[in-house]
Amino acid sequence: MVLLSPSGDVALQQRNILFASTALMLIIIIPVMALTVFFAWRYRASARATYDPDWHHSLPLEVVIWSVPLLIIIVIGAITWMGTHLLDPYRPLGRISAAKPALVVKTGDVAPLPKPLVIQVVALDWKWLFMYPEQGIASLNEVVAPVDRPIEFRITASSVMNSLFIPALAGQIYAMPGMQTKLNAVINHAGDYEGFSANYSGAGFSDMRFRFHGVDSQRFEDWTRAAREKGGPLQREDYLTLEKPSEREPIRQFRDVAPDLFEAVLNRCVDRARMCTRDMMAMDAKGGGGKEGIATVMTLGDDGNQRRGGQPLPPRPFVTAICTPTDVYGTAGATARLAD
Amino acid sequence: MTSYPDWWKLVFGRFTLEALPLHEPILVVTFIVVALGGIALLALVTWLKAWGYLWHEWFTSVDHKKIGIMYMILGVVMLLRGFADALMMRGQQAIAFAGSDGYLPPHHYDQIFTAHGVIMIFFVAMPFVTGLMNFVVPLQIGARDVSFPFLNNFSFWMTVGGAVLVMTSLFVGEFARTGWLAYPPLSGAAYSPGVGVDYYLWGLQVAGIGTTLSGVNLVATIVKMRAPGMDLMKMPVFTWTALCTNILIVATFPILAATLALLALDRYVGMNFFTNDLGGNPMMYVNLIWIWGHPEVYILILPAFGIYSEVASTFCGKRLFGYGSMVYATVVITILSYLVWLHHFFTMGSGASVNSFFGITTMIISIPTGAKIFNWLFTMYRGRIRFELPMMWLVAFMLTFVIGGMTGVMLAVPPADFVLHNSLFLVAHFHNVIIGGVVFGVFAGIAYWFPKAFGFKLDPFWGHLSFWFWVVGFYVAFMPLYVLGLMGVTRRLNRFEDPSLQIWFVVAAIGAVLILLGILCFLVQIAVSIMRREQLRDTTGDPWDGRTLEWSTSSPPPDYNFAFTPVIHDHDSWADMKKRGYQRPLTGFRPIHMPRNTGAGVIIAGFATLCGFALIWYIWWLAALSFVAAVASVIIHSFNYDRDFHISADTVLREEDARSDLLGRA
Repeated sequence: MVLLSPSGDVALQQRNILFASTALMLIIIIPVMALTVFFAWRYRASARATYDPDWHHSLPLEVVIWSVPLLIIIVIGAITWMGTHLLDPYRPLGRISAAKPALVVKTGDVAPLPKPLVIQVVALDWKWLFMYPEQGIASLNEVVAPVDRPIEFRITASSVMNSLFIPALAGQIYAMPGMQTKLNAVINHAGDYEGFSANYSGAGFSDMRFRFHGVDSQRFEDWTRAAREKGGPLQREDYLTLEKPSEREPIRQFRDVAPDLFEAVLNRCVDRARMCTRDMMAMDAKGGGGKEGIATVMTLGDDGNQRRGGQPLPPRPFVTAICTPTDVYGTAGATARLAD
Repeated sequence: MTSYPDWWKLVFGRFTLEALPLHEPILVVTFIVVALGGIALLALVTWLKAWGYLWHEWFTSVDHKKIGIMYMILGVVMLLRGFADALMMRGQQAIAFAGSDGYLPPHHYDQIFTAHGVIMIFFVAMPFVTGLMNFVVPLQIGARDVSFPFLNNFSFWMTVGGAVLVMTSLFVGEFARTGWLAYPPLSGAAYSPGVGVDYYLWGLQVAGIGTTLSGVNLVATIVKMRAPGMDLMKMPVFTWTALCTNILIVATFPILAATLALLALDRYVGMNFFTNDLGGNPMMYVNLIWIWGHPEVYILILPAFGIYSEVASTFCGKRLFGYGSMVYATVVITILSYLVWLHHFFTMGSGASVNSFFGITTMIISIPTGAKIFNWLFTMYRGRIRFELPMMWLVAFMLTFVIGGMTGVMLAVPPADFVLHNSLFLVAHFHNVIIGGVVFGVFAGIAYWFPKAFGFKLDPFWGHLSFWFWVVGFYVAFMPLYVLGLMGVTRRLNRFEDPSLQIWFVVAAIGAVLILLGILCFLVQIAVSIMRREQLRDTTGDPWDGRTLEWSTSSPPPDYNFAFTPVIHDHDSWADMKKRGYQRPLTGFRPIHMPRNTGAGVIIAGFATLCGFALIWYIWWLAALSFVAAVASVIIHSFNYDRDFHISADTVLREEDARSDLLGRA
């Protein structure tokens, strides 16, 4: 059971909290179950045991039945408060493992953790894209990370909601279009682990799986070098092709990854005809485009439906990119089309 | 694709003959079976010349007892459909291994798990608890009907209308492929362009109107129509839980209606509340739907808690231990249920302080719930327990529910939830509390109040058989899912790679078959009981030595419930009356003012359902027409002044004399 014997420090701490809360609750659950069986047997009608039909209140007993669960919940609540903050997926790691903390409180020794490896994750229909900005590479349906080095996942999605989950490594977090979530984690044991989407996302959901490899730093270097040598390109146009729904995509690697690709995915403007949401929000924050701004809302015929095999729908509107250095009047939006 | 003439779209909207699933053999066979069964049923009714009887005595009835019974029948029918879905899912997951795709492609499988969730919550659990509340509450508070009898009839038919729409999707078009809460953007027009989500939206909107109105009705009934002397702290616990449940309904179902309306605006007129572009935000939907969705859980479980409380005190032969703390626990749960919704999506990344707050409020709910468990436990202490069927369900519930409560608190701890969220552990947890809590409670309630409704007890042999199949089947079906969840298996998958998982799914499928036997035994139990009704007859009206007012009247109760409104002096009013040597009044009856039956509820709900169907298929002329017709029917009905009558004193005397004869014989 992978959740009970994980290979990453975060998942391990999550398991420990699971164990602690279970043990605390069993303090009350076991006696209740035992008493239920015992009373049901002891006071069955045929036993002719003591019968006291008017006994229906007891202050001491009431105090006990409210206060004992209260005490247990206070303890679990304290564990929850601390655990939730310490294991917040946004929080940078404080240790590699129990044996390798960043700060030894007793002695005051400080052992700074290695710089986290940043991995940008995009949940696509129905496959996973992992980009390594520092290494300038990317891979599909496979993610590799060195053992004992903190990893910082930055996660978004292209179309619908998914959830990035590698049970052996750490808990899951949603991948949502137009939004970024983060997950800080570390893998402590080398190995080949399973990862998948833990939030239903449509027809190809069941095959939305990937492999997570924890490797030593040498093999990590080999893997990134292989990508740089043999990988295919991943510019914006390539991404727009890759983004189209497909299932059971083979594992493959990319080089020449457009450096601003993740930002563009997050801001929903990989297609240069679209205005980036950060620009849209900046304009709106300053009062918006007013009535004239409506002129920038264009429609794009094949946005999503037919390429999913669905019926043709009325075109969906989007906001065009305006006022770029090459297109001062923002007319490109009206003519630009997806690279098909 | 066949081409259609231009007028086709005007008349039939987007409906085409391809929308009939003739290419899916499973559905064709199902349709043939359903059609043959339906024709046989219609023929039988016609042959028995029962149409007039059904229409006058049942469909148009405003009697809360008959409406309650009709809700229960709706629940049983929809249970069969929802459970068929469950069997198909368990079958698929048990065989879809090692490269096999199973027998259900994603297109079909995804509809099935969506329909299973929607049907089980909205059209099985809700009708069951609403039916029991409808039947029992007025009797328990010494009232002759609910506050708004016509509204009650209308509410029921709106619920039926929603169920009809969901069932129609099986044979005309398709159902949603989104999961039971239809999260956007997946459920938006861009990613679910077909009719499936529209069936979901309008089915729930129509049924939701019914549920909201029935909530209004029962709150008004409990607040205004209690018998003299029954102040709030003398109300039976079931009535208390019904009050809290209906307050929750009134407060939360409008949120559901608004949320679904916003999604409908996105889908129908191109608005952008929950889309990815133009400033839409799907997270908003997830929040809104759970602000309804979490209280909904308590809407289901609170009445079940009420049933267990009644069963405990009756079959232990003593007053409920800690009535006061039971009431306060119920009220505390009612209030807290609004403060926990975010625990359904800790993994959205709200940040540690928000997650801790909602995690801890969730755990706090376990304190009053735990107090309730202790109250039932100490009701058994020094009782004289008769292990009739309802009591057996109570003990099974207490042993099962604490496990579900424990796993619930585990899920409420955000760091633990990050690994358990959306897993089969979660699926096992909520089935553990819904089956072990709500379903067991409903079966206890059916066994307990059946003699009141029909005048004879249920056959114990088949009841015991059903009980054991259900309880054992539950453990066999869902304990493997806990294990699978800890193995990191997520929900809604339609095929698997790891062969070591298969054995657990096979065991779970066997459990589902055991539950099927439990359901079949329940149906046999009903049939056998009807055949053996003379042996099982209860002439006293009080077969269990009951303690609350419903047992003071005859079984089945007369139309007017009580010839004289009882006067209440103490808790467990009927036990108190029996102790004081209560004498049933035999003379001095007065005419009783009663509401008259009306077909308006059926008609308005029928137009509303038709309107929903037309909206689903973009048949705009029909949508407009049926909407206008529904509103016109309401207006016309409001001019119908012939809506009450008096049961004459002679009739009352005759009925009460007949009861005296029965009691004399007993």
